[in-house]
Amino acid sequence: MISSLITAHKNVFVAQLLVYFCTKRYKMTTSSNLQEFVTQVRRDILRQVHKVNSGHPGGSLGCTEFFSVLFKEVLRAKDHFDMDGKDEDLFFLSNGHISPVYYSVLSRCGYFPVEELKTFRHINSRLQGHPTTHEGLPGVRTASGSLGQGLSVALGSALSKKLNGDKHLVYSLHGDGELQEGQNWEAIMFAAANKIDNIIATVDYNGQQIDGSTDDVLPMGDLKAKFEAFGWDVIEEENGNDIDAVRNVLAEAKSKTGQSKPVVILLKTIMGNGVDFMMHTHAWHGKAPNDEQLEIGLKQNPETLGDY
Amino acid sequence: MKTYTNTGNIDTRSGFGAGLEILGDSNPNVVALCADLTGSLKMNAFKDKHPDRFFQVGIAEANMMGIAAGLTIGGKIPFTGTFANFSTGRVYDQIRQSIAYSGKNVKICASHAGLTLGEDGATHQILEDLGLMKMLPGMTVINTCDFNQTKAATIAIADHDGPVYLRFGRPKVANFTPKDQSFEIGKAVKLQEGTDVTIVATGHLVWEALEAAKTLHEQGIAAEVINIHTIKPLDDKAILSSVKQTGCIVTAEEHNYLGGLGESVSRVLAQHHPTPQEFVATQDTFGESGTPAQLMEKYGLNAKAIVEKSKKVLKRK
Repeated sequence: MISSLITAHKNVFVAQLLVYFCTKRYKMTTSSNLQEFVTQVRRDILRQVHKVNSGHPGGSLGCTEFFSVLFKEVLRAKDHFDMDGKDEDLFFLSNGHISPVYYSVLSRCGYFPVEELKTFRHINSRLQGHPTTHEGLPGVRTASGSLGQGLSVALGSALSKKLNGDKHLVYSLHGDGELQEGQNWEAIMFAAANKIDNIIATVDYNGQQIDGSTDDVLPMGDLKAKFEAFGWDVIEEENGNDIDAVRNVLAEAKSKTGQSKPVVILLKTIMGNGVDFMMHTHAWHGKAPNDEQLEIGLKQNPETLGDY
Repeated sequence: MKTYTNTGNIDTRSGFGAGLEILGDSNPNVVALCADLTGSLKMNAFKDKHPDRFFQVGIAEANMMGIAAGLTIGGKIPFTGTFANFSTGRVYDQIRQSIAYSGKNVKICASHAGLTLGEDGATHQILEDLGLMKMLPGMTVINTCDFNQTKAATIAIADHDGPVYLRFGRPKVANFTPKDQSFEIGKAVKLQEGTDVTIVATGHLVWEALEAAKTLHEQGIAAEVINIHTIKPLDDKAILSSVKQTGCIVTAEEHNYLGGLGESVSRVLAQHHPTPQEFVATQDTFGESGTPAQLMEKYGLNAKAIVEKSKKVLKRK
């Protein structure tokens, strides 16, 4: 109906006003409310991967606070999903294997029914092992899973926003191990050279990857110095699993946009956060809990918003 | 027999540049990206007239494909430009995940395809790109034959919603198709009518097929010549209706016989109308340095080779 009104009026100003008022403006949630959301998302993550005995709980749990703050409080998104994403903030997940947290947060923010989490990794599901646009899942604008590609796509959409005179921002999330893929550094170089200052990239800096710690597999040295040498504005956050810290660092990052430099947050997180036996190890990168382990994990994260 | 006139040798890549320039003026959503080969791809006119819509990404093709995918979000129609080798093999996974699987409206425009790249040699002479691209679900694959057709195809693909691979080349070749023609994706163009043998050619081999048909005509053999500019989706009907008349077929392409036009034609024939077929194509080999004419002669990709294969397939009827 709104789109037909816009068409009828053919008035850019009216259209912009409508878009403004239709844009979700999430009220600032209190930390305790958001903590309940986070706890429920952790349950969703564990239950999704347990049911199909596959998937990636470790990185998902580590990024739960980031996703929750971003989607509940930061992203200015329209009420309905469309692929073009004009006049709204956009988010791209580059490390697509942490789909369980992505799906849980998308569904609990109304992008699709929470009940659909039951279909994670099942046949004929929109919730593929790694996120895809192919099955038409609202909230997803690019396939990811093959690592190292998300930053380039996010930069392209940021350029598109600039061409369209759209002042909204583009957010992206990347694994730290993923930075071993060379395409990232092509993109990092390009972004600074082209002064793409409407992007906030976040690196999930948990120091773990499939074969072990990133320092054991392929040490990446001083990531802050590397990004700075490439011309980025770098913000470090040591407490990536603290809701207030995530909230503050995202606000700080936003304040640094529009200043001719791309912005990156190096967000220290703990893989497996919130489930004690999954924390501080790479062992749960891509492994599902058994029945007993699930029970322990769920006990540590009691139901808050209702299981699907 | 129809006569085709070469209005002057010119490179197909210049047809791309001319088409892109027109699109730049006519469609504000068209944007162009190039990986340090702006001159080689003839993208300078677009770049000069629309600097805000032109992105120089440097020697970073993977990033270019991703940026192009992202630009579609917000309604842009990105045209990427680099050599065919760097447009496909180098960035296959980026195209597969970020463009094809993600259903992005990116036009991958690839010059210097095949042996006719010439002296630079095998590192740059990709003969596998049609196969790589046609295997990707949803990818449209086009290989144009001359300046006029390349220009028309460039303009036409902007209106096609979905990823496209447009392949063209470096050398100056005959320009013989109509100026300002309309280009219909997936629609074969019958250039000569004949009842003895069907010659289906794509890209630079189309002119060679016309030359071959002349020679065959002088020897009393009536060859039907079909210009297949679109490898995928293939115009099955045009091929089948022709071979039902002629009973045999030669396919001609500047590509490996594995994975190219010839195999696509074989699939259609095997499924619907088994027919003797011969392949004018490279025989599972890399290229080498040389002039385009020397290479096309050595690897059997010219009018002479098409005549020979036509006579061979006629005997198999």
